[in-house]
Amino acid sequence: MSEDTREENVSHRFDRLPATESDREVDGRPTREAVLEFWEERFGIDSAVFEEYSFWERGNGKIWAFAGELETPVDIEALGMSFMRTRQEHWKPTTEAVQRFGPHATRNVIQLSRSEAEALLAGYSQELDWDGDWGYLIASHEIAGDSEPIGVGLYVHGELRSQIPKGRRREFGE
Amino acid sequence: MDDVLARYEPIVDDFEAFRAACERPLPSAVRVNTIKTTVERAIQGLEEADLDFEPVEWHPGLFRMPGEQPGANWPYTHGWIHGQEEVSVVPATVLDPQPGERVWDACAAPGSKTTQLAALMDDSGVVVATDNNLGRLSALRSNTERLGVTNVAVTNEDARNHSLKPFSGAEYDRSLVDVPCSCEGTIRKNPDTLDEWTLDHVEGIAGAQKGILKRAIKATREGGTVVYSTCTFAPEENEAVLDYVLDSGECRLLDFDLPLESRPGVTEWQGRTFDPAVERAKRIYPHFNDTGGFFVAKLEVTA
Repeated sequence: MSEDTREENVSHRFDRLPATESDREVDGRPTREAVLEFWEERFGIDSAVFEEYSFWERGNGKIWAFAGELETPVDIEALGMSFMRTRQEHWKPTTEAVQRFGPHATRNVIQLSRSEAEALLAGYSQELDWDGDWGYLIASHEIAGDSEPIGVGLYVHGELRSQIPKGRRREFGE
Repeated sequence: MDDVLARYEPIVDDFEAFRAACERPLPSAVRVNTIKTTVERAIQGLEEADLDFEPVEWHPGLFRMPGEQPGANWPYTHGWIHGQEEVSVVPATVLDPQPGERVWDACAAPGSKTTQLAALMDDSGVVVATDNNLGRLSALRSNTERLGVTNVAVTNEDARNHSLKPFSGAEYDRSLVDVPCSCEGTIRKNPDTLDEWTLDHVEGIAGAQKGILKRAIKATREGGTVVYSTCTFAPEENEAVLDYVLDSGECRLLDFDLPLESRPGVTEWQGRTFDPAVERAKRIYPHFNDTGGFFVAKLEVTA
């Protein structure tokens, strides 16, 4: 149908991720398969959780999750939720994706005390013990009788570095 | 303009109580976001955070929070609650969107009603959220993200020219037309609202309201539902707008129930008469339910 518009990233437009490597038309664009594998391998989230979702790229490596289907490409302001970043070697979930889908995670979830949770939310790095993998973790705490994810922490060299974006950091104060 | 409210004396019962209520500040309220939690767990979270709150009787999961700042606590951070004025939850409940449907929110920013629609649809189907103001859309985006909404598609355009092209031309099952207005009904929240009131502004904005409602009726499938709402008392922006679209013969007004005390739409205003069907719309006044002021009408698309 359309001309030669599918061979590179167009920064303002949403393009659906190809299902697999063999469907790929844009170099470097992650596949749906690889995205599902990431969540499964890194956090133990079953791909069935994302069955109803379509995944889209807008801008290099910025992946969005939308609850339904649309014809690709889509030129609008936003589509579903900003979901993860795949530009760097280590893929990184967004705060909102971790808050929304993190409750399904079975590994690489670090449980914080209330004061540690407050430090993470305020944007601070903190020294913490952690026996698991280094890298991006889902940082959770206990609230209202259950564990609830807050956002992403980067664990390296004995330190948990808050990845909460500046606009969402809060200090509740006294 | 010194006494804008005086123009409503002929149509408001118990006018002195109305005026007195307009001068009282409005308590803040929060709505539980059922996309991310349950009402029970949100209540527990609010209690643990030692926040003052009391349930609003007429709507589950809605709480008044006297003296609290809704933003500075864990339930807010987790996207369990959203600050939303009590009466502003009305139009989405009247629209009553169902899971899996296609819904248009024509004047969506900052997204309180968009996110409420998404929650009513169990975050499935699609809510197309349109606004012409990019700055306000960024507020909408931060609300949809914090509240974990995934069924929203955001467009930046004038709702009067809304294009279905990005969505393969598919018409909507329901549309919410909560238009920009002179906002007289928000006087309890923003006491300065009436300082810049002019009749010219009311008449000008009424033109835009007609255009947006007309577009929504066109973009909604036959048999689909459109809800029109404002937060103003001005008949120019309410019944007169309905009268205009009724003339087209492409819609009809529906009766509906509301759990709040209200008055029917007015059929006469300053020598003009409107289609008698506008009585099916509802006027919500501050002194009847201790809320902000509001106007809401439910339409069925017939062509």
